[in-house]
Amino acid sequence: MILKIEQDLSRFKQIVRGKIKEELRKFITRGELIGKQGKKFISIPISQIDIPRFRYEDRQMGGVGQGEGAVGTPIGTDEEGDGQAQAGNQASDHILEVDVSLEEMAQLLGEELALPRILPKGSDRIVSSKTVYRGVRPSGPESLRHFKRTYKQALKRQILSGRHDLARPIVIPYGEDKRYRSYRVIQERQPRAVIIYMMDVSGSMGQEQKEIVRIETFWIDMWLRSQYKGLETRYIIHDAVAREVDAETFYHTRESGGTIISSAYKLALKIVHENYPAAEWNIYPFHFSDGDNWSGNDTMECLSLLEKEFFPLCNVFCYGQVESEYGSGQFLKDLKDRFSEKSEHLLTSKIEGKEGIIESIKTFLGKGK
Amino acid sequence: MLTPELEKWRVAIEKEARNQGLDFFETVFEILDWKEINEVAAYGGFPNRYPHWRFGMEFEHLSKSYSYGLSKIYEMVINNNPCYAYLLHSNKLVDQKMVMAHVYGHCDFFKNNIFFSPTNRRMIDVMANHKTKIQRMINKYGYNPVEAFIDICLTIENLIDYYAPLIKRQRDEKHSQLGDEDEENTEKIRIKKLPVQREYLERYINPREFIEEQQKAAETKRGERKKFPEEPVKDVLAFLVEQAPLDKWQRDVLSMIREEAYYFAPQAQTKIMNEGWATYWHSKIMTTKILTDSEVIDFADHHSGTVSVGSGRLNPYKIGLELFRDIEDRWNKGRFGKEYDECDSMVEKLNWNRNLNLGRKKIFEVRRIYNDVTFIDTFLTPDFCLEHKLFAFDYNRNNSTYEISSREFQAVKKKLLCQLTNFGQPFIEVMDANHGNRGELLLFHRHEGVDLRVDYAREVLKNIFTIWKRPVLVETRMDDRLKIFAFDGKEHKEYDTKEGA
Repeated sequence: MILKIEQDLSRFKQIVRGKIKEELRKFITRGELIGKQGKKFISIPISQIDIPRFRYEDRQMGGVGQGEGAVGTPIGTDEEGDGQAQAGNQASDHILEVDVSLEEMAQLLGEELALPRILPKGSDRIVSSKTVYRGVRPSGPESLRHFKRTYKQALKRQILSGRHDLARPIVIPYGEDKRYRSYRVIQERQPRAVIIYMMDVSGSMGQEQKEIVRIETFWIDMWLRSQYKGLETRYIIHDAVAREVDAETFYHTRESGGTIISSAYKLALKIVHENYPAAEWNIYPFHFSDGDNWSGNDTMECLSLLEKEFFPLCNVFCYGQVESEYGSGQFLKDLKDRFSEKSEHLLTSKIEGKEGIIESIKTFLGKGK
Repeated sequence: MLTPELEKWRVAIEKEARNQGLDFFETVFEILDWKEINEVAAYGGFPNRYPHWRFGMEFEHLSKSYSYGLSKIYEMVINNNPCYAYLLHSNKLVDQKMVMAHVYGHCDFFKNNIFFSPTNRRMIDVMANHKTKIQRMINKYGYNPVEAFIDICLTIENLIDYYAPLIKRQRDEKHSQLGDEDEENTEKIRIKKLPVQREYLERYINPREFIEEQQKAAETKRGERKKFPEEPVKDVLAFLVEQAPLDKWQRDVLSMIREEAYYFAPQAQTKIMNEGWATYWHSKIMTTKILTDSEVIDFADHHSGTVSVGSGRLNPYKIGLELFRDIEDRWNKGRFGKEYDECDSMVEKLNWNRNLNLGRKKIFEVRRIYNDVTFIDTFLTPDFCLEHKLFAFDYNRNNSTYEISSREFQAVKKKLLCQLTNFGQPFIEVMDANHGNRGELLLFHRHEGVDLRVDYAREVLKNIFTIWKRPVLVETRMDDRLKIFAFDGKEHKEYDTKEGA
C-alpha cells in the first residue's frame, strides 16, 4: 500500500539532500563521516531542520522534574522517551542523523565537484558471470523447493484424477509434484576495477598527513565504488620496504625510517601481475607521500617503472603529495620534470592541508578516466 | 473495523465507561499497522493533511524510533465528533483493551472540558478541505512558492491568543463600529471661540493665529489617538491576515494555519489533565471490570510503563493521574476549605476524615472547568510535592549541566506554572503597525523572566518581513536591558533602548 505520507517524506529527503550538499565540502575536509559508514548507508549528522519560532532561551528556562537527589544534583538531559511517544516540551538541539545510501552520497559528491562519469576501458571484453534463479524444474535440493508451485501441481493432479474434494479441500503433494527453483548462469559484460593505495609511512609522515590521506581515499573510494560494481581495493604501506596490509593497518601504522618508493611500486606491480590482468581490469594505483625519497637513483628507478610498467597497464596513475614540514617534496618535482603536465597516464596533485583535499579529489577524478 | 473479539470488548468497555459517568461522542476505532499508525501520527492524528515536508520528517523520526525499538505509539485519538481512535495492529489484546479504556477517557475530556468547547468538532473534514485547497494552490502557483509560504506561516504559528476563543474582546465590537469612526475623523475639528459682544473685538479676543494653533494641536492629538492598533494585539496571526499586504491565496494559507493552530491549542493547554484523566480511567475501568486474571501482570507492566518517571523528567501521565487521585481523596475526606487549612495539629490533619465522599463529583467538576495552569495552581499542594519528590531545576553555567535548584513548594510551583503559562511560549504582541510613521511593524515581547533565543528570533523576524514587506522589529529584554531587534529586508540590526520604541 502506498502511504499518503510518501510525498511529504520524499520532499523531506530532498530537503535533507540539499542540506547535505550545502555542507558537503565541510564534511569532506573534516573527515567526520569516516567510521559512520555502514555496508550500504552512511549516517550523516546534520543540524536539525527546524521551523524557527519565537522561543525561550532554554538555558534560562529550567523546569520541573521528579525523583531523588539533593539540591545541586545534576540531572540527565537526555530526551529519550520511555516507551511512550510523547514529546518533551523542551526540545533540545537535536542533531539529526540521516542515513544516505553510499550511491546517493557518491552522486552528491559527483554533482558538487562536477566529476564526470568514468568511461571504463575495454568493457566489452570484460566478462563476469553470475547465477540467477529463473524457472522451476522437477528435481533439485530440498532447500530450493518452491512451495507454491509444488502445491499447485498437487492440486492440478488431484483435480485431474477427480480426487479433489471441494467440501474438504486438502492438498497433499507427493514426490512427483515437487518443484524446485532452477538457476542459470548468465554472462555479463561488466567492467571491473581495482584500486591500489600506496602510502609512505616513513618518519616524516605525521598524524595529520595520514589523516589527510585517509579522508581523501575515503572519498575517492566512494566515487569509484559508485562507478564500478564490486570494486576491489588493495593497500600497500612502505618506508624502506613495502608490504601489503589491510585497510585498518593502512590508516593507523606509523613506521619510521627511510623511504624507498620503488619498493612500493614493485610490490604493486607484483600484485597486479598476479591478480589483475590488465585486459579485464581497470587499474587505479594511488600513491600518497610527502615527496621524500632516499636517493636520486631510486627516484630514477621509480620513473622508469612508471613509464615502462605502470602506464601501459593502468587507467591512470595518481600521485598525491601531502605537504609536510619534514618532507622535501622533491619527488613531485622529479615527476613533473620527467613527464609533461598533460600526460595521459599520470595525475599529480599537491595537497597542502585539509582544505586542499577537495581540489585534489577533483584533479584525480575530474578527468573521467 | 474491529475484529469480533475486540468489538466485544469495546462494547463492554464503553458500557463500563458510561456506567462510571463518562460522557463522550461516539468513538470509532480503526486498526492500523505500524506504518499506517506512524503516518497518522505524523499527521497529528488526522488521515489527511496538506502536503508539507515536516510531516515527512515526523514520519521518518517515528519510523526510525519504532524500528530501533525506542518508542512505539500505543494510542492515538482525535478530538472530533465522532472521535477517531487508532489501535496498533500488533498489540496484544490486553494492550488494546487498555488503550480503548484510555481513549474513552480522552473522548470524555474532549467533549466536556470547557477549553475544548470552541474547537471545531468536524476538524477531520476541515483538515481534508485544507488539503484540497492547498493542493489546488500548488497546481496553480507551483509547489515551491506555496511550500515556502507555508514555511513562513509556520514560524509564527504560535503567535495566537490562546485564550481568545473563550473571551469576547473589546476589539471585536470596536471593529464593527469602524465605519462611524472613519466618518468622524474626516470632519474638521472646530475650536471653541470665546464669546464676543463687539464684532470689532473679535480679532483681539480670538486671534486667528491662536485658533489655528489650537486646531493644529487638536489634530495632531487625534492623529496620535489613531495609533494602529489602538490596543496591543495578541493574535498576531489574525492581525497579519487582516492587515498584511498579501495575495488572496496567501491570506487563505495564513488563516488555515491559524485555524489549525487554534484547534490544537487546547490539547497543549490541558496536556497534564487530559493524560491524567485518561490514565485515571483506564486504570479504573481495567481493574474493576475488564481485566481477566491472566492479563493482570501484563496490564500492570504496561500501566507502570505509562506512568514511569524516566531520568527525572516530569511525566504528564503520572503527575495528572496522581493529582486527580489526590483531589478525589481530599474531597472524599473533606481535606479542604478554611477549617482544614487553618488546622495546626499535624496529627489531626493526618487523620482528617469527614466522610464527605465528594471526591468523584469533584474530579468531574475539575475536568470540566480547569486547564493545566489553573489545575496546578489550585490543586498542587506542598504535601503532594513532597510525596512525589518534585523538584525545580535550572541550568548551571559554571559546569554547564542542569541541576536540581530547589525542592521548595513555592519554587516548584512557580517553575511549573511558568512552564505551562502560554504553553511555555513567549508572549508576543503587535504594538504598532505604523512604527516611526514608516509602516514598520513593531512587536513587543512581554518579558516574564526568560529571554528570547536570539538566533530563532532573527529568523522569525526575517520571515515576518516577507509577509509584512516592511521592516519588522521586536522589543524585548535581554540580560535585563531593553533591546530592539530589527530586520529591514537586508540585514539584522539590534540596538539598546532606554524607554522602549
